Amino acid sequence: MSTSEHILVRFHCCIGDFTLNVDLNLPGSGLTALFGHSGCGKTTLLRCIAGLQPASGELVVNGDTWHNAHESRPVHQRPLAYVFQETSLFPHLSVERNLDYGYRRVPVSQRRIQFDQAVEWLGLAHLLERMPQKLSGGERQRVAIARALLTSPRLLLMDEPLSALDQASKREILPYLERLRDTLAIPILYVSHSVAEVARLADHVVMLNQGQVTASGSLQQTLARTDQPFGLEEGAAIILPARITTQDTRWHLSLAEFDGGQLWLPSEPRIPVGSDVRVQVLARDVSLALSANHGQSIQNLIHGRIDEIAEEISPGTSLVRVLAGNTPFLARLTTRSVHTLELTPGKPIWLQIKAAALAD
Amino acid sequence: MMATYWEPVWLTLKLATMTTLILAVVGTPIAWWLARSQHWLRQPIAAVVALPLVLPPTVLGFYLLLLLGPKGVVGQLTEQLGLGLLPFTFEGLVVASVIYSLPFTVQPLQNAFIGINNQLLEVAATLRASPMDRFFTVVMPLARPGFLTAAVLTFAHTIGEFGVILMIGGNIPGETKVLSVAIYDHVEAIEYTQAHWLAGGMVVFSFVALVTLYSLNGRVHSGMMK
Repeated sequence: MSTSEHILVRFHCCIGDFTLNVDLNLPGSGLTALFGHSGCGKTTLLRCIAGLQPASGELVVNGDTWHNAHESRPVHQRPLAYVFQETSLFPHLSVERNLDYGYRRVPVSQRRIQFDQAVEWLGLAHLLERMPQKLSGGERQRVAIARALLTSPRLLLMDEPLSALDQASKREILPYLERLRDTLAIPILYVSHSVAEVARLADHVVMLNQGQVTASGSLQQTLARTDQPFGLEEGAAIILPARITTQDTRWHLSLAEFDGGQLWLPSEPRIPVGSDVRVQVLARDVSLALSANHGQSIQNLIHGRIDEIAEEISPGTSLVRVLAGNTPFLARLTTRSVHTLELTPGKPIWLQIKAAALAD
Repeated sequence: MMATYWEPVWLTLKLATMTTLILAVVGTPIAWWLARSQHWLRQPIAAVVALPLVLPPTVLGFYLLLLLGPKGVVGQLTEQLGLGLLPFTFEGLVVASVIYSLPFTVQPLQNAFIGINNQLLEVAATLRASPMDRFFTVVMPLARPGFLTAAVLTFAHTIGEFGVILMIGGNIPGETKVLSVAIYDHVEAIEYTQAHWLAGGMVVFSFVALVTLYSLNGRVHSGMMK
């Protein structure tokens, strides 16, 4: 990563009795989730970045200063795109003219995404003639995403683009978002309050609480923290990137290899060999053993080393972080087990994983 | 005979057209500011714009006469500029009509602007549209029913003017003798046939104008739902 490939975000603003105070250095590529409960300031931060909310501070996107004490570019001169929470299509324009609105305002020499490309990516060819009122919620959001991309942005801002949609529409859009994240070289800032969305989409997470940043780091490392910045003690889970290497059709299982071991997953839905996936393992589905014990029903046995122990996260319960290779796992145990097994950081241990599934 | 008969009609249409066009240009920014601003002057200015709705036309005409007359501030200015005095001229009628019909342009536009979702303007800004660009490509199309209503109401209201015209324009044939004044003259002279033609014509005209407005606005709404 070169020195200019990051996004420097420093903002201070007050709206009524709410104060946003943020100083962040975000990766200049991939998807960064701004996560937190409603009212934590995540949307305000996104609006500051877009220039829709006046604030003092500094914003430098991959070496390009958009805002500082001396100058602030107006919204329409920032090479960004913004996908809003609720439908934001122009009601007086057809889908095609909505898509064209931003596209034709970008000089030809600066267009890196072509009209037909965006239409194809988001599967809109059959909708071009329609008026926005005649689209489903999911279709509208797909049009809004394509319209945003057609400005060939250097930063894509998405404000809870799925929150106004029903479950079926969410499932329809998620694969498109994953594809954009993996194929476009555009950094994405994605506001969300859904852990499931963050787990599936984010590379990097920023946790906000009452206008302050409480955690910022890679998704994998942040989810595996024993102090659980997401506040998910009950549902604590880790996400690990893995690749499907074997398909066992007889037992309907897929083998996923990751940095530090391998895991059997149910192969329903079917995942082709060679695909990169995100596997989710809940801390309560992980138990620890001092020796490899093969005479049992648990399929997934991984060797690791204890990294950190947080005792009594709730009465009688402890959270243990184990490193298998470079991959952190969390195990949720009774504090009594922690003492009976004499667990201490550095101790070699076997992870028994009852269930693992694709992040969804 | 025919010439003097049609003269007030043409004069009236000319006055109404000019007033409507001038107000479209002058009233739109005022309506936009009133719809969007948080300034403390917003309420007082909204009240000033609405004054012609509540004041008797004679009151308005009286003050305009003083203001535009030889001792008035505006009158002295127009004389210094070599424009002469405005009262009892067609130009004076235009100025008076613009002020008198201002709320009929501003209020429908202001309501139409308030009804536009601000998020659509933010979306347009993130799609690289400058403030002017946003106004012409988002606000104007979405406020089209408001513009239609404003134009028709202003036009019709100017045609119906009487009190202000009498105060500031007098009754000069070919210069300030518009329809409403002509009808008054005919009635005064007990020429009921002529009065009927002009008055009946105005009833028909007003009815046609309003029906056209309602059906056009209806079509705009259903057109957007297509």
